[in-house]
Amino acid sequence: MSVNFLIHRAKEIQAVIDANASEIEKLDQEIGDGDHIFNVQRGIKLVIELEAVIKDLPMSKALNQIAMKVLSGIGGSSGALFGTLFMTMAKGNDIDNGVDYKKAIEIFADGVEAVKQRGKADVGEKTMMDVLIPVSNCLKKGVEDNKDVKEILQEAIEVAEKGMFSTKDLLATKGRASFLGERAKGHIDPGARSSQLMIKTVCESVLNS
Amino acid sequence: MKKFMNSADDFLKESLQGFGAAHQDIVNCHYDPSFITRATPTKEGKVALISGGGSGHEPMHGGLVGYGMLDAACPGFVFSSPTPDQMLAAAEKVDSGAGVLFIVKNYSGDVMNFQMAAEMMQGPNESVLTNDDVAVEDSSFTTGRRGVAATVVVEKIVGSLAEHGGSLQECKALGDKVNKNSGSMGVAFSSCTVPAAGKPNFDIGDDEMEFGVGIHGEPGRRRDKMKSAQEITNELLEAINEDLKPEANEEILLFVNGMGGTPLTELYLIYDNAKNMLDKKNIKISRSLVGNYCTSLEMQGASITLTKLDEELLKHWDSSVHTAAMRWGV
Repeated sequence: MSVNFLIHRAKEIQAVIDANASEIEKLDQEIGDGDHIFNVQRGIKLVIELEAVIKDLPMSKALNQIAMKVLSGIGGSSGALFGTLFMTMAKGNDIDNGVDYKKAIEIFADGVEAVKQRGKADVGEKTMMDVLIPVSNCLKKGVEDNKDVKEILQEAIEVAEKGMFSTKDLLATKGRASFLGERAKGHIDPGARSSQLMIKTVCESVLNS
Repeated sequence: MKKFMNSADDFLKESLQGFGAAHQDIVNCHYDPSFITRATPTKEGKVALISGGGSGHEPMHGGLVGYGMLDAACPGFVFSSPTPDQMLAAAEKVDSGAGVLFIVKNYSGDVMNFQMAAEMMQGPNESVLTNDDVAVEDSSFTTGRRGVAATVVVEKIVGSLAEHGGSLQECKALGDKVNKNSGSMGVAFSSCTVPAAGKPNFDIGDDEMEFGVGIHGEPGRRRDKMKSAQEITNELLEAINEDLKPEANEEILLFVNGMGGTPLTELYLIYDNAKNMLDKKNIKISRSLVGNYCTSLEMQGASITLTKLDEELLKHWDSSVHTAAMRWGV
């Protein structure tokens, strides 16, 4: 994983999120306050605009710049949570000397754990954590079991989708959807949908490379 | 959508510029990152009060910056939390060495961003988290109650204590006390439109109201058919009283807050109806506030906040204040 890799994946994610923007917006208007899609789109745009600034930086510095940009540029919960993700990844051990897929999985998993602490949300609370935590666990387990990287990523895509659909029948206990009580049932969480799309995009891109 | 705007991108900046220019005797607006400070620097040794939140709730919080209230406010995008860089820049500007008290409404985005700012900040700081909205029950299964209009009351009362030499710990303790002594509940008749979204946040029928609505139009307890003002007021007060349990002859502040799209004529009518009910229960209204303070863009609706007052709270409520939105005693 290189800084160039991050920038290219961000561009691919932008295309996928834009293509699904109206669906995500609708999900958020049903159970949230309708701003999630704008936050995500703004964040991705800001990361892509950083290209010239970060393309020659070491990985830790590039990730830190992304973290600060996302944190200050998005705002809301999304900014704090994605900022925490990248800031934690930037602290990964020895990442400036090359990041192989095992290292990438390790720092991603550390990042997801930090996001879990920041948002105080776990699996089963109808948030993006219903996608991120199972995916993180699946990736880590794949490495532990010495599976082929393609197999691991294929599984991660499936786990992400399953996690995203699982939010449909959940009662929200975190975020603004929690104020809806029973009324949030039957709706997929918009944050779970957007993070599932991002994970799918990155995994597929690596699989097809 | 019909709004006074030139472009969604410049919406906030132009509004902030106008605010700064109109009230240049009281505030200074700073940009990149955006924050609002008093026009005069913080007195040495005075605890600095900083609040903030998504825009769209004006005059909260920028209109509450000034003598006797806030030292700085950080406006986020419409209905979206401000960010740690804004809070850190504001803190650097207004911290006079006595520490910073962050006043934060209990919404997950605000809580997380203020928490990150507090972690990154060097100097002493504390936070008061307001959660006065009784509509959504506090339980281990929710993020807890939302912080709404009582935040204005917290900022007024703690602002006075800070102005009169209260320490960081004393200010934090008083803020927590005012929050605990307060309960709010709101109702909405219409939705509101975030400029960047361009369409209403939620759908609501002509004959419906959202009971227990939050300050972004997010749903509350239930969707009801329209009722008379007295019935609505009674239900709001009953919900608050059930939580706050004011005793007979206890002194309270009655705060009728407009959500942005309801005229003062109706807010005073609500005040009258609330007084009817509180009089019957022998609850003594000793202070009042009526107006648009904690709004939700152009939403039609109102909230009622009750704060139980003791001598200390009364003293700090009555003390001088000079902000764009609240001014007395000066």
